[in-house]
Amino acid sequence: MKVVSARTLEQALEALATATPATRLLAGGTDLMVELQTGRAQPDLVVEIGGVSELRAIRETEQGLVLGAACTCSDLIASSLAARFGDILVSAARDVGAVQIQNRATLGGNLGTASPAADLTPALLALGATLQLRSHGASRELPLSEFFTGYRQTARRPDELIAGVVLPPRPPNELRAFRKVGTRRAQSISKLVLALAVSHEQGRVLRARVAAGSVADRSIRMTHLERALEAGATGDERSAAIAHSVAHDASPQDDVRSSAQYRSAVLGRVLTRMLAGLPES
Amino acid sequence: MTHYVGKHLARPDGPDKVAGRTTYVADLAVPGAWLGGTLRSPVPHGRLQRIERDPGFDWSRVVLVGPDDIPGENVQALIVDDQPVLAHDEICHVGEPLLLVAAPDAPTLEAALAALRPVIESLPAQLDFETSEHVHKRIDILKGDPGAVFAQLPSGARVFEGSYRTDSQEQLYIEPQGCVAWPPEPDGSFVVRGSMQCPHYVRKALVRCFGVTEEQARVVQLATGGGFGGKEDYPSVLACHSALLARACGRPVRMQYERHEDLMVTPKRHPALMTHRTAVAADGTLLAMDVEVVFDGGAYATLSSVVLSRGCIHAAGAYRCEHVSIRGRAVATHHVPCGAFRGFGAPQTCFAIERQMDRIARGLGLHPFALRHHNALRAGDTTATGQLLRDSVGSMEVLEAVRAASGIDTHAWCDPQRDDAATADDAIDAGATNANAGTTKRRGLGLSFFFHGSGFTGSGEELLKGRVRVALLPDGRAEVLSGSTEIGQGTITMFTAMAAETLGCDAEDIVVATPDTAHVPDSGPTVASRTCMVVGGVLTQACRTLAERIGAGDAPFRERARALLQRGDDGSVGVTYHSPPGLTWDDDTYRGDAYPCYGWAADVAEVEVDLDTLEVDVLHLWTAVDVGKAIQPRLVEGQIEGGTLQALGWAQREVVSTRGGHVEQDRMATCIIPTTLDAPPIDVTLIEVPFPHGPFGAKGVGELPMDGGAPAVLAAIEDAIGVHAAHVPATPERLLALLQARPGASA
Amino acid sequence: MKGPLQDAAPIELTLRVNGTAHTLQVPPLRRLLDVLRDELSLTGSKEGCGEGECGACTVLVDGEPVLACLIAACQVQDAEILTIEGAGLESIQQAFLDEGGAQCGICTPGMIVMTKAWIERCRRDDVEPTELGARTALAGNQCRCTGYGAIIAAALRAAAPGDGSS
Repeated sequence: MKVVSARTLEQALEALATATPATRLLAGGTDLMVELQTGRAQPDLVVEIGGVSELRAIRETEQGLVLGAACTCSDLIASSLAARFGDILVSAARDVGAVQIQNRATLGGNLGTASPAADLTPALLALGATLQLRSHGASRELPLSEFFTGYRQTARRPDELIAGVVLPPRPPNELRAFRKVGTRRAQSISKLVLALAVSHEQGRVLRARVAAGSVADRSIRMTHLERALEAGATGDERSAAIAHSVAHDASPQDDVRSSAQYRSAVLGRVLTRMLAGLPES
Repeated sequence: MTHYVGKHLARPDGPDKVAGRTTYVADLAVPGAWLGGTLRSPVPHGRLQRIERDPGFDWSRVVLVGPDDIPGENVQALIVDDQPVLAHDEICHVGEPLLLVAAPDAPTLEAALAALRPVIESLPAQLDFETSEHVHKRIDILKGDPGAVFAQLPSGARVFEGSYRTDSQEQLYIEPQGCVAWPPEPDGSFVVRGSMQCPHYVRKALVRCFGVTEEQARVVQLATGGGFGGKEDYPSVLACHSALLARACGRPVRMQYERHEDLMVTPKRHPALMTHRTAVAADGTLLAMDVEVVFDGGAYATLSSVVLSRGCIHAAGAYRCEHVSIRGRAVATHHVPCGAFRGFGAPQTCFAIERQMDRIARGLGLHPFALRHHNALRAGDTTATGQLLRDSVGSMEVLEAVRAASGIDTHAWCDPQRDDAATADDAIDAGATNANAGTTKRRGLGLSFFFHGSGFTGSGEELLKGRVRVALLPDGRAEVLSGSTEIGQGTITMFTAMAAETLGCDAEDIVVATPDTAHVPDSGPTVASRTCMVVGGVLTQACRTLAERIGAGDAPFRERARALLQRGDDGSVGVTYHSPPGLTWDDDTYRGDAYPCYGWAADVAEVEVDLDTLEVDVLHLWTAVDVGKAIQPRLVEGQIEGGTLQALGWAQREVVSTRGGHVEQDRMATCIIPTTLDAPPIDVTLIEVPFPHGPFGAKGVGELPMDGGAPAVLAAIEDAIGVHAAHVPATPERLLALLQARPGASA
Repeated sequence: MKGPLQDAAPIELTLRVNGTAHTLQVPPLRRLLDVLRDELSLTGSKEGCGEGECGACTVLVDGEPVLACLIAACQVQDAEILTIEGAGLESIQQAFLDEGGAQCGICTPGMIVMTKAWIERCRRDDVEPTELGARTALAGNQCRCTGYGAIIAAALRAAAPGDGSS
């Protein structure tokens, strides 16, 4: 096994040029170090990028807010820009593990590991985030909603790394909410993660993004519900849309932390509670 | 006026602990030591046909130990000789040890284990304890004639029935189990050092496994990072394994479990099912109780007989009742054997009787506090085993103290007319549409009242003959020699305080010896809430005798002590435990004085339930505890707070489940305990109703706090949202299922 | 299982631990916890789980509290590490002794180092140390013995200005 410690983004991309599917990136290490310890990961190459400062920058641009992929949860919590553009992302970061984990766990790591229980991903989906993927000599952008292709599978090619995450500017009137339901009040893998951002004007929904984690093999958008909200569903119609979306967009399982029944039921209850905050026309 | 007893003495082991200087087994540098590992069964039941070795691995790099290499008996000695050190034919649980491997380093050990393949003919596995017909132990307790009462109920009396379940629980000591064994000397003697609660238990196991004498098998307890019962018997397994490997490879062998292995194979709390049938008069008087208790002991008997014993003796609760039948059995399944965990059977049965009392209270329209108060055992009453309670019965005091602290008696428990009840039903139903209305949380209060016998049951302490020696060192300090171990609870501090108080010297004049079987007598195991009352009692006696020999005087203690030695006195006193006078116990009928005395306690929990997710936060926990005498109040409070939080964790979220005989929570990410943010403030009121036969009046306290947390929390949840949860842990998933099952609830 | 962590050609690692400079030859993915305990014989940081859950291996890297079991050697090149064996922890250690914050002691080093980080953070951000703040800061450090009450009391005591009387 080879280990390359990159000092610049270019060094990292050069090292990745020969990457295979077994190649791993090491940033915060909160996932990879455990996988190495247990033998679950047997990489041919590890590219260590924790020290690449340009991957930790937070910058406002015309696109919106660009968060370097190596930003840690603590970086997000401390950033007033992140609070302004992505308040629900900051809420999610506060619910990750505990302080020691927050100091190391990165945006890019949470996305790249693609655990269905990822804490940051649903907030990013609700915010309409776009990923900046870089490889040696190339770059591309991809909406986050197209990034997850299967259980722990992403559209990242082996020679690519997530360089940044772009958050669009915040619309003038947008209801946002985030909730993680865990097994305890800290240091918990989620049973359920829910994030939504619903922009509205004079009682009319303009655009709805509702995202959930731990209810499918990947973080999902609850598209049935989004369409119903955008079509103006309220009252009983909205309740029915919530139930329909829970039944058709989500596919929660029984696992060591919780049950499909609980996840389905609580998903509906928490969504109802969150959407009650939408002003009526 | 006491100098140390009842006052705060700084922990002698404290400075090293806060500096990170304390040497736990993983910190012990052992140059040249090899590492030991275990090949284990992947299936719960089967016949081992052979173990195949991959010829591609260089087997000369490692040393293997199988059943045929055991010099003594292939028996893991404890109570019943049913458990082998290494399985050789029938495999009875997942993780059962088949072969031991020693290697010079971790990668070689991992590679060797991966190159071994056990060939096993799988057999059907008994995984459901309710249908198991293989009984490890049966216990029946009969007082009066409950059958007659049920057959002919007085007018106005009612019968209440209830089934209560408790799941397993993991001790989760933060230091995983480990030990180091050295190879034998030419005379056959060897030493094992490790993390453990009972060095003499370990010695006993080694003596059988190696066929050596007690003198030849030396066991030394190192600083131990938590035990809670989980290191009562399992260290004997590790010690036998590592000593066998050390003997085979001629080098010291370290066996240090990582958390995953520890969670998979070490013993946990017995899952249990209790069924209650209670005849109650209209005024709430308990007329007759019929209790069935079933514990899942797992594959081998290990400690199940004693866990069942304590569980059954406590199954009728801290209440007076003239007619009681308790029928208990510990059964075998093809699960990892269960073992000791703080409370030792009583948390399970106490949970059941307390929930049954709540059921009765609600059914009769009586307040749960009033019902407890009415039926609580008092001095002069007899228990389920017919024990007349004479001394140190703080039942009324703890009820009064918790009442005063929490106001539980004036709280309208489960009263639908209560102020905040109106909005609850709207929001409780799943899929509530008027979620805008009202609160998203509901609060509740719940009570539990309980007791816990101090020391070993019945004749146990007489059979143990626990012994302590106090001996003067040449410099005039007094050394306490006892097999009782410091595992965090404060043994060293407590012994120092008692010895200094009795000898009339300073704490600095006392040394507590390391529990090393070569140097200290067998004081009995560090379990059963006995270290203070039983061993401390023997220690105090020894010190009193020594004090008389040293004599009083103005000169400093050490001077007077040295003078005694100079006079030719050996300055050493050994005392063996004798039960207080007048106690009788019959092991066959289970009647008589089960314990010399009991600790008493009452808990009130305040919870807040989230109506959307059914997450429960315990906001506050009040507990009043009668300990006889708090030798070291700070340590006693530490035990109560720590034990209570373990009970709260069990009540709510410490799920331990199995699938196909495998423990599902096999990492710390999934085997969870409360964090700082899950822990409520715990308000402790210490009550002292002295026990005349305990040192300075002290009884036991270590386990008592474990018994009452769970029922108090579930009673509080019932008060908050109206569901009568009868299964521990009461997870949000289970609470939601109970809500959805209520008549009239929407889907 | 530590096999993969030993692989790959060793690197030269320079770092300062508790004020002392060290230069070591270690595999690049060797856990910082193992570097401290095995290479430097600083056994005060403990392994309770090896998976970043229990907090017993908490150390400060460049002033930040992190879990040494999750940090690879190649990530602490030229870093400044503080462990329980380091200086500047005395008032916190005394507070733990005074409040009974250590029972079995295995979680204690991690608790004390994390408390140090919390107190420093409160000072840096000019934030008053509260019980909730202490609990949130210590939520990643698990204890099975104490029920946390005495530990929180110790942290608040150590955070109080002046003579610590409160």
